[in-house]
Amino acid sequence: MTRDIEQRGRGNAKVMNRFDLTKRLVAKLKREEAVIGGIGNTNFDLWAAGRRLQNFYMLGSMGLAVPIALGVALAQPKRKVFALEGDGSILMQLGALATVAMLKPRNLAIVVMDNASYQITGSQPTATAAAADVVAMARGAGIEQSAWADDEAAFERLMDRALAGDGPWLVAARIDGAPAVEQTERDPAQIRDRFMRGLGARK
Amino acid sequence: MAERAWHEIVRDVFKANQVKLVVYVPDNVLKPLIDDVRGDKDFVSFACTREEEALGIVAGAWMAGMRGVVLMQTSGFATLPNAIASLAVPYQIPVLLMVSERGTLGEFNWGQALVHRTMRPVLDALALDHHTVERLDQVEFVVDRTIKQAVATQAPAALILSPLLTGGKVLKRPQ
Repeated sequence: MTRDIEQRGRGNAKVMNRFDLTKRLVAKLKREEAVIGGIGNTNFDLWAAGRRLQNFYMLGSMGLAVPIALGVALAQPKRKVFALEGDGSILMQLGALATVAMLKPRNLAIVVMDNASYQITGSQPTATAAAADVVAMARGAGIEQSAWADDEAAFERLMDRALAGDGPWLVAARIDGAPAVEQTERDPAQIRDRFMRGLGARK
Repeated sequence: MAERAWHEIVRDVFKANQVKLVVYVPDNVLKPLIDDVRGDKDFVSFACTREEEALGIVAGAWMAGMRGVVLMQTSGFATLPNAIASLAVPYQIPVLLMVSERGTLGEFNWGQALVHRTMRPVLDALALDHHTVERLDQVEFVVDRTIKQAVATQAPAALILSPLLTGGKVLKRPQ
């Protein structure tokens, strides 16, 4: 249930680092969990955190990490699925949060890396730099299990809970402006083929 | 056996081709098809908030082994070029798009008529396989073959349901 989730707001969350958090999440994935990396730095740092067949890297279609992850979650209800998004991307497709809340996929977790900027296009501020709170919006959309990660230890606890318990989950983390460590190899057909084999959809 | 309506044929062809996931942004003309799949346990079907979102969901499901289709009207298709060009085509994901055609043959809304003019040029510019179904006797063949080709060639495809087939949408009260 949600009452025991930390209910503190964005303002109390420590500013962390995307690559560090991504590595912490990937290190916990022991059961071929699927991870959808959103456009830009989000999937670049997922790529840098180590190659996994169950990772999907988005090279376009901004905002669609959550819908793609939802599709995977519906098709394979026994596999845990993570969507990694940035604040700019999640703001572009907020309706997807309402769809997730409507369908309540138990195996879906959304992680939002919030640096309050469109970092890759020159760090113009997003609406989260002003007043928008991703966790509050997710709760408003009906994703009850939504929380800010106060620090790295809290992020790890929340990821453990998302892995062990029923979703859907949304966890947001404030991150710094460090660029991605590496860039994803831009070979969409190969990304898709590896992912399908990683999910057992293709032998 | 009574002749099946277009939407019953579409439903049956979906089943025969293992199309299980039906994600839609609602439309009046598509209502009978939406009602058919919603009432059928062989389908997973729901409305979502944007056509782009639906395309993402169907793309994800395909990669995880479940075939799907996006239902929309013409104006909804007009929101899709970026998602088609940056996700479905380069990743070779055979998302099936079924569009109920508005904006022609008795349209009463100028905006619909204008956006209708963009649909086939966009499909052609993206080199997407697309077919317009105008007659009841074409439905089974065109829908079935389009799905089979999309899957076999790993390419998205669009099926346009003409008002000649569906009756389209007209003003209830004549002007």
